[in-house]
Amino acid sequence: MNTKLQEQRSAYWKANLRILIGCLIVWFIAGYVLPIFMVDVLNLISLGGYPLGFWMAQQGSIYVFLMLIFFYAWRMNRLDRKFDVHEE
Amino acid sequence: MDLKLMIYLVVGATFALYIGIAIWARAGSTGEFYVAGKGVNPVANGMATAADWMSAASFISMAGLIAFLGYSGSVYLMGWTGGYVLMALLLAPYLRKFGKFTVPQFVGDRFYSNTARIVAVICLLVISITYVIGQMRGVGIAFSRFLEVDLLWGLIAGMGVVFVYAVLGGMKGITYTQIAQYVVMIFAYTVPAIFISLQLTGHFLPQTGLGGSLSGQDGMYLLNALDQTLVDLGFNEYTTNRNLSTMNIFLLTMALMIGTAGLPHVIIRFFTVPRVRDARKSAGWALVFIAILYTTAPAVGAMAMYNLIDTFHPGGVGNPEAAMVYEDRPQWMRTWEETGLLQFEQEGDGERVHYYNYKNPPAWTEEAELDGYTVANLDRDIMVLANPEIASLPNWVIALVAAGGIAAALSTAAGLLLAISSAISHDLLKGVFMPKISEKNELMAGRLAMVAAILLAGYLGLNPPGFAAEVVALAFGLAASSLFPVLMMGIFYKRMNRQGAIAGMLVGISTTLIYIFLYKGWFFFPGTAMLADNPDGWLLGIAPQGFGTVGAIFNVITAYVVSKLTAPPPKEIQDLVESVRVPRADTA
Repeated sequence: MNTKLQEQRSAYWKANLRILIGCLIVWFIAGYVLPIFMVDVLNLISLGGYPLGFWMAQQGSIYVFLMLIFFYAWRMNRLDRKFDVHEE
Repeated sequence: MDLKLMIYLVVGATFALYIGIAIWARAGSTGEFYVAGKGVNPVANGMATAADWMSAASFISMAGLIAFLGYSGSVYLMGWTGGYVLMALLLAPYLRKFGKFTVPQFVGDRFYSNTARIVAVICLLVISITYVIGQMRGVGIAFSRFLEVDLLWGLIAGMGVVFVYAVLGGMKGITYTQIAQYVVMIFAYTVPAIFISLQLTGHFLPQTGLGGSLSGQDGMYLLNALDQTLVDLGFNEYTTNRNLSTMNIFLLTMALMIGTAGLPHVIIRFFTVPRVRDARKSAGWALVFIAILYTTAPAVGAMAMYNLIDTFHPGGVGNPEAAMVYEDRPQWMRTWEETGLLQFEQEGDGERVHYYNYKNPPAWTEEAELDGYTVANLDRDIMVLANPEIASLPNWVIALVAAGGIAAALSTAAGLLLAISSAISHDLLKGVFMPKISEKNELMAGRLAMVAAILLAGYLGLNPPGFAAEVVALAFGLAASSLFPVLMMGIFYKRMNRQGAIAGMLVGISTTLIYIFLYKGWFFFPGTAMLADNPDGWLLGIAPQGFGTVGAIFNVITAYVVSKLTAPPPKEIQDLVESVRVPRADTA
């Protein structure tokens, strides 16, 4: 493997890790910080008939998880093209 | 039409469909047997993964647990969905790029060691067999309840059906059958939920109905009413109820998430899509189909609880003179009483049933004459199956729920059996002990391994080592502490070597197993538990169900330290890791 390609590869991997870490931070906030650690505070606010913390634990976190996966897939497909490592 | 006849018809029709599909899509080659020829569209694959993943625990148990646990039940909702984020981001694309058939194969090649591969096979077998025991029991209970036969015959009927389509069809057959099972399952789950949501709140979507206001009660919100009613009965508020400490809620949720991403029969799914970008998306589609059930479940739980209390207290809570008369109890209570999962006890000569928190009686019970019946046993697992009857829905809905419960248990059992058979035939025989085995013999060995696994799981399902929920929790903890950390480090830490991976897996799985056995009994034999299974007896206050998270941390630390102390992996392995990290390898 030549040096240029190697540099490209390592830049691609670093960009991937940045996106990955960003997504995992959102995952942790949506799955742990809001619905578990901060639930009592959030419950003071209501969303229709739902206390917000309870909604986050039983509905909201799942929607965030879903959006995260599709966001990551979309973002990575763009990255693949940018670095010309996408599949046919 | 008679309910029993209706159930026979609906369940029979769905079975004919599954078996028909299995025969139509019979596997021809070993590739098709294990991974459906890598030709499965990501949406279809997502749907099949959803059916594979959602077992009797999701379909039958979860909403019932939530009904009684309220907020604490969220650990299951978040734990069993959040794992897909880890799967999609950290594992699926890389394992697909690696392009092999099984999880142990990845471990063996990445860590250039047959020992590592065998250790991974052992972890896989321990995880899958414990999990499949719970499923077989679920299959048996569902069959015996709805066919009204003995548990033994229910189990035998279930084993027969699993045998036909898993053994003949292989992965290709299972994939298409599971798509049909998903459709049956989701209809069976959402149709009654929509009916009940409309009845109670006027909302079509149960997801908004749960946050809606009750019909005909001037704007009173369902959740507020439920909170108030439960407090009046002497229970905790629904939306804030906590049965575990914050630390244990955290550890349990984490163990379920990591465990999801470490379950071999789910991981294997991402080997079956055509391209890396399909693997990324496929996990998302799986979660879409799972989320339809998982966002409906909290509404099912809360509404079932509300309706149940209403059935016991038709004149409102705190008005014992108007409580339900025992002799006038609805038919569904009589049916479930026969199974022993619902029991009443006569305390005096009164004719009414009094339901409240007997351990913490509310004030209104003190003055009233409560000399009637008490509810001695109300099993959480009957809530989903009884739900349409509690809300007096039509018979075809009740029959549909029966078919859905059976579909959930069968689809998961089949996926697990496939993972077991490929581990034995492909990893142990072909990979290690008999490399020259012919394709035909390998297929035969895979099918024999499946038959053996069905018989073993059926036997243990009849004599289970513990409650199904405990067995399932063990399977997740084990997956979290053994396979997930090693797979992840294999991709993200190039320096990870053979010694580190083997040590990590062994330390992770054994500490978790020992911790669970200390509280639940050695190999689950009753009476052999050495420590008391309650918050006072737990080491550092950690519940056994959540220990998988701690086991995973031990795994990572051990693997890291051992790999630092030993030689780095050879150059070609480091190049292999490099190539797994990019979707298109031909430029390497």
